[in-house]
Amino acid sequence: MSIKVKALTKSLWAFHLATGSCNNCDIEILDLLTPRFDVERFGIVLVGSIRHADVLLVTGVVNKKIAPRLKKLYEQTSKPCLVVAVGACACGQGIFRGGYNTFVPVDNVIPVDVYVPGCPPKPEAMILGVVKAIEKVKSQK
Amino acid sequence: MKDIFYFLIFPGFLFTAIIGLLLAWVDRKVTARLQWRVGPPWYQPFADFIKLMGKEVIIPKAGSVFVFLMAPVIGLIAVTLVSVILLLVLIAPGEGFGGDIIVALYLSAIPALSVIIGGFASRNSLASLGASREMKLMLSYELPFIIAVFVPVIISGGIISFSALLDFQRQNGIFLNHISAVLAFVVSIMCAQAKLCLVPFDAPEAEAEIIAGGYIEYSGAALALFKLTRAMNLFVMPFFLTVIFMGANFFLFPIAVIAVILIRNTNPRVRIDQATRFFWGPMTVMAALAAGLALLGY
Repeated sequence: MSIKVKALTKSLWAFHLATGSCNNCDIEILDLLTPRFDVERFGIVLVGSIRHADVLLVTGVVNKKIAPRLKKLYEQTSKPCLVVAVGACACGQGIFRGGYNTFVPVDNVIPVDVYVPGCPPKPEAMILGVVKAIEKVKSQK
Repeated sequence: MKDIFYFLIFPGFLFTAIIGLLLAWVDRKVTARLQWRVGPPWYQPFADFIKLMGKEVIIPKAGSVFVFLMAPVIGLIAVTLVSVILLLVLIAPGEGFGGDIIVALYLSAIPALSVIIGGFASRNSLASLGASREMKLMLSYELPFIIAVFVPVIISGGIISFSALLDFQRQNGIFLNHISAVLAFVVSIMCAQAKLCLVPFDAPEAEAEIIAGGYIEYSGAALALFKLTRAMNLFVMPFFLTVIFMGANFFLFPIAVIAVILIRNTNPRVRIDQATRFFWGPMTVMAALAAGLALLGY
């Protein structure tokens, strides 16, 4: 494993991207930064700018307005960039499947590396998802 | 050959970078402990730096490519020069030159300038907002900072080189024994806080409102250089204050760093107009008072 990949797995900066979610997953994501879970132990921090991101945490059902923007935002990230779909809506549209304004699941717009199902997923499940993403990066290179 | 060694390895780039990244870890760890968290491992800033070096650099379409990529390099060179000037006084007392305090003052303003240049060059509305705030902040803190830094010069009777100031302090005791220097030290810690862009005065790069200010469009190696410049500044600014106020005492140096970190963690962010009022009001008055007391000999 090269030092670049090693450094990437030790310092994942996450960007939190809500594509029309009910804010439940977003609140659970913020739980990860609180003293109880504290993912900064593993070098994971939330960043504000999409250019700094290594992980996109996509929450919510992708509606018609946000689908082109999601694609554009993914193109604006500096690669390598992982995508984690957080929550039932992002994984497969959840209860909004077939709704008049829902478009396609996240993985039809941008490539998704890890799926974390749940409504909302527990913080432990999200940490497991990040671990899976790290293992995926390690096995690729 | 010796000069290249000075600039690149020991007192210069490599040494300051390692110490600065370690201090950046101390900063994050203390912040985490104050928030009842565990905090990152010691190699975290190094991992961040290496990761950013390996990532793709995106240049905004509308921005100016040359200026955009030059800005972080300018800041890094300036902070390296300040660290060389400061540390050479300790390891080779004969190498300093008359007036190096003034040179160091000018050079220490350049990292902030590089953020302004980079912010405007990226042609992003939030970045230019951050750059304009950085400019206002610079206009606010430079005046009290320069007055405060010149208090030791006044006490010592007009010495403007680091090595002579250190000699003076070795013979007559550190400047912090004078009441005027204590006032000036308080002012300059506040100004260092604003120079480092840490929390009470971090309006230029407020994460929640203008994302990351001037850094918003930077990615990959360019961002890594900016992060490194900030980390090195976290070492250089407190060390600058240690040299001029405390005679480069290695036991007093952690006090300056911890003071900066604690102020950062116990205060809310002020608006840019509040920061300007704070620096032009109480801080300038206090610095002027300190200078007056120093002239009277206290």
